[in-house]
Amino acid sequence: MDIVVCIKQVPETTEVKIDPQTKTLVREGIPGIVNPFDMYAIEEGLRLKERYGGKVKVLTMGPPQAEDALREALAMGADEAVLLSDKALAGSDTLATSYALSMAVRKLGYDLVICGKQAIDGDTAQVGPEMAEHLGVPFVAWVRKVEEVSDGKIKVQRLMDDGYEVLEMPLPALITVVKEINEPRLPSLRGKMRARKAQIPVWTVEDIGADPSRVGLEGSPTQVVRVFTPERRAGGEILQGEPEEVADKLVEKLEAMGVI
Amino acid sequence: MPNYFLTEEQMMIRDLARQIAEEKVKPVRAELDEKEEFPWEIVRILAQADLFRVWVPEEYGGLGGGTLELCLATEELSRACAGVAVTYAGSALGGTPILLFGNEEQKRKYLPPLASGEKLAAFALTEPDAGSDAAAISTTAKKVDGGYVLNGTKQWITNGGEAEIYVVIAMTDKTKGARGASAFIVEKGWEGFGFGKKERKMGIRASATRELIFQDCFVPKENLLGREGMGFIVAMRTFDRTRPGIGAQSVGIAQGALDEALAYAHQRHQFGRPISSFQAIQHMLADMATQIEAARALVYYAARLIDSGEKDISKISAMAKLFASDVAMRVTTDAVQIFGGYGYMREYPVEKMMRDAKITQIYEGTNQIMRNIIAGELIKELASRR
Repeated sequence: MDIVVCIKQVPETTEVKIDPQTKTLVREGIPGIVNPFDMYAIEEGLRLKERYGGKVKVLTMGPPQAEDALREALAMGADEAVLLSDKALAGSDTLATSYALSMAVRKLGYDLVICGKQAIDGDTAQVGPEMAEHLGVPFVAWVRKVEEVSDGKIKVQRLMDDGYEVLEMPLPALITVVKEINEPRLPSLRGKMRARKAQIPVWTVEDIGADPSRVGLEGSPTQVVRVFTPERRAGGEILQGEPEEVADKLVEKLEAMGVI
Repeated sequence: MPNYFLTEEQMMIRDLARQIAEEKVKPVRAELDEKEEFPWEIVRILAQADLFRVWVPEEYGGLGGGTLELCLATEELSRACAGVAVTYAGSALGGTPILLFGNEEQKRKYLPPLASGEKLAAFALTEPDAGSDAAAISTTAKKVDGGYVLNGTKQWITNGGEAEIYVVIAMTDKTKGARGASAFIVEKGWEGFGFGKKERKMGIRASATRELIFQDCFVPKENLLGREGMGFIVAMRTFDRTRPGIGAQSVGIAQGALDEALAYAHQRHQFGRPISSFQAIQHMLADMATQIEAARALVYYAARLIDSGEKDISKISAMAKLFASDVAMRVTTDAVQIFGGYGYMREYPVEKMMRDAKITQIYEGTNQIMRNIIAGELIKELASRR
């Protein structure tokens, strides 16, 4: 089974800074890490390979330094890595990013694509599902367990607010995974040594045969209007007593506020 | 911390060992200590990370490093938990005589599973009545058709009961004294080879320390390590190479204690100020840090000298073990002092470090024996100059 894991390098910080002019992430001077949710995706890819054989290929789109994230995946045991990097891709929104990634995934060849459920910087959770649309394959988001892969089908558990659903779909397909799915392994020394020496090919927009008008700023319809930290809401008031009394008090208060 | 001109690969080993120590060992060390529980889960993590491979030559599944690589990993693990670290280093201690004296067949059979971490090894010399006086061992190996029959009891064997591969020193000819000992590779599960009580210890309580009992245990002749009569040479050459590992363990324990003491001194307020602002505390911290750095420099130097192929290593190796373990004892005692009453409590990590440090002055040769070795070498050097 050919497994493609899509990962993203994100700033190693809990406080994401946004450029007020461009409304994009400020990356300068902040060390990059593999998006934590993508670590679960890499681990699941490696486990599926161990269970069913095949190859794990890791793909990322980003600036040249995103190569570090790929080396980390190689150190964990991924077989191949590809960096999709091109100035023409700068400023891509989730639609353009998912399109570009889907073109690279096609070129890599795949039975299953695995993504983390979302990146901790942008937090959109859109790229995985959008890729599936571009590829024209079924997908399940929020996978907490892969039950089995057999007869060209994959059976997974999707995490819900109140439990989980068991879903089956034909391959090729795409899943996004949640942290409940596994515990990512640490890299090994041999893996690290191999990763250090590995040649990582860099693909451009042309290499993946993408339509230049559908990537980068030009291919990105999303406009970020404002990025802000929502104001903390003041604490509410809890009315206590018998239901009838409380209901009366509530109506009184709402009338006083002019709401009803 | 100075980087000691480590190569990129050596830094990789150190960093990965540190990551495992921080993420996997620290969160469970207090529990392992309390329950005296063997750290199998951590052993498996270390195995998956290839850390058991560092000292094994590449042709036997290792990464081709040497004593320094083993010391770097041991130090980092000890910084978090010396009980885990001795389990790791104890396997290398059991494997070293096979590496040094094993024939090709023995190395091919026993080193790869040690390198992968699939199996652990142990080294068995000490007996109830033979500690510092190792020549007093009474375990016998009687020659029979096709091999030897072992009888006797070994005591305080690190990784005892958990390891699969044991190097055991036994007397093949009692009349020859120290020249009558031989070394054997014995596997767990062989008939006549059993385990006695598991010791309840003051420190390094995650590690297993156990009696080995041999009752008419047949060992095939191909498992004789080296030649008959070489048992003590095997033991002494092994310790010469592994003693810097005890030094590294000591440096790690001491560094872990300093890290804790420094952080605590900065955060603990008395008389309206952090206690790190008091000169009495500052000077303790300064002395601790200086002693640790001196110990580390000596340990790394000894390890490098061994890895360079130098033959005369007994003295430097004993010095590294002696000095670093004394430093570990002093530094951990001072760390408890800086923590004051909290330091004496089991909720805080430094009392464990002080308990753990004590063994480094005792095992793989007491520090008194280390001084004997060093003095003996000094006198030998003097005699050879005359």
